[in-house]
Amino acid sequence: MKDLLSVIMLSGIYGLLSASFFVAMDAVDVAFTEASVGAGISTLLMLVAITMTGRSEHPVRHKPVLALAVVIITGSLLIYGTLDMPYFGSADAPVHTHVAPRYINDSMQEVGVPNIVTSVLASYRAFDTFGEVIVIFTAGMGILALLSVVRRPEDVAKIDSLNDSMHEQHLILRVVAKILIPFILLYALYVQFHGDYGPGGGFQAGVIFASAIFLYAMLFGMSTARRVINQSFIQLIAAIGVLLYGSVGVVSLLSGKNYFDYSALSADPIAGQHLGILLIELGVGFTVASVMVIIFFNFAGRRENSQNLEYNNKENKKV
Amino acid sequence: MDTLMNIGSGLFLFIGSFLCVSGGVGILRFPDFYTRMHAVGVTETLATAMILIGLMLQNPGGLVDVKLTIILLMTFFISPTASHALAKAAMNNGLVPVLNKQEDNEKVKSSNP
Repeated sequence: MKDLLSVIMLSGIYGLLSASFFVAMDAVDVAFTEASVGAGISTLLMLVAITMTGRSEHPVRHKPVLALAVVIITGSLLIYGTLDMPYFGSADAPVHTHVAPRYINDSMQEVGVPNIVTSVLASYRAFDTFGEVIVIFTAGMGILALLSVVRRPEDVAKIDSLNDSMHEQHLILRVVAKILIPFILLYALYVQFHGDYGPGGGFQAGVIFASAIFLYAMLFGMSTARRVINQSFIQLIAAIGVLLYGSVGVVSLLSGKNYFDYSALSADPIAGQHLGILLIELGVGFTVASVMVIIFFNFAGRRENSQNLEYNNKENKKV
Repeated sequence: MDTLMNIGSGLFLFIGSFLCVSGGVGILRFPDFYTRMHAVGVTETLATAMILIGLMLQNPGGLVDVKLTIILLMTFFISPTASHALAKAAMNNGLVPVLNKQEDNEKVKSSNP
């Protein structure tokens, strides 16, 4: 398909569909993540990206035969590799005999969180989650290194006049967005702090929180949003999230337990686990939300810059 | 009482699904972007409401009802606004609605007296 917009829309639809089959397979947490990240925010960020790159793909000059051969060979090797794996759904597969029963049977005594997915994600597999958070943080830093532009302080009167002209254009959308944004933020906080008891957690909450900010930025203009949301503050928050996550591990290390062994955080091991999970989910939420905002603002700000340049060039030519 | 609830919820769910299907038919059958969007935008809001009310009757009482009510309120806001934004974007980008031209009307009138 050559039209990138429809490619993005199809991938969004695919995300929603796979979210619904995750629900059918009772993996509610995964479905939630897929719906908010896969269908929601990645579609949105891709859309922002194609406003910069243009809508259609360039014609391909090279011949695709070699690539097809590589794909076929790799694919058949991978399928050959799966032949050694235990049969799908067989009860004596290593997955069903080693860790899964321990998680299902003992996590209530060991971690004490009703949602097993959260206890696996945040306590048993805290290292993996830490890695994921660092990956997201690195992505944010990469975007900042590549795309960030130094901008002069903008003229307040100019911003206000732009704001007023947009107000007439998008009146209905603005009114509805003003009603909805507080509830979206509230919902993000609910997802953040309810992750121990139901589907949810830092990743989803961060993404939902960021999407409320995107909505604001899209309807009220980038410069207004930049005045509301201080960019250097957001970058600080992204770093604080990772730091909070890592320092929880360091505290448990200093009190003589393993890294990310939260039972060191409190006299009662279960209370310590609760506290640890709350803190690291908070760290995840901070980092995810602020990195998403950084990515969005830098992409859209880049676009805005090139638009301004074009506008200025036109004005100069007229003169 | 239980059967009454079940019948009521089944009725609501049926109306909701019927509206969803009719919206889908509209998307496939209508001639241009605006009419298609109209078909699905109008039916979808009511269909979601009907399905949610049907689900509320299935599950009486408790926190689930409150959550469904919140989803219902959100849909009432979001779905019409989304249709509005879509139509506005299409209009701003210069998509002209397919209109029945005056001559065509005349022709239709003269062929069907």
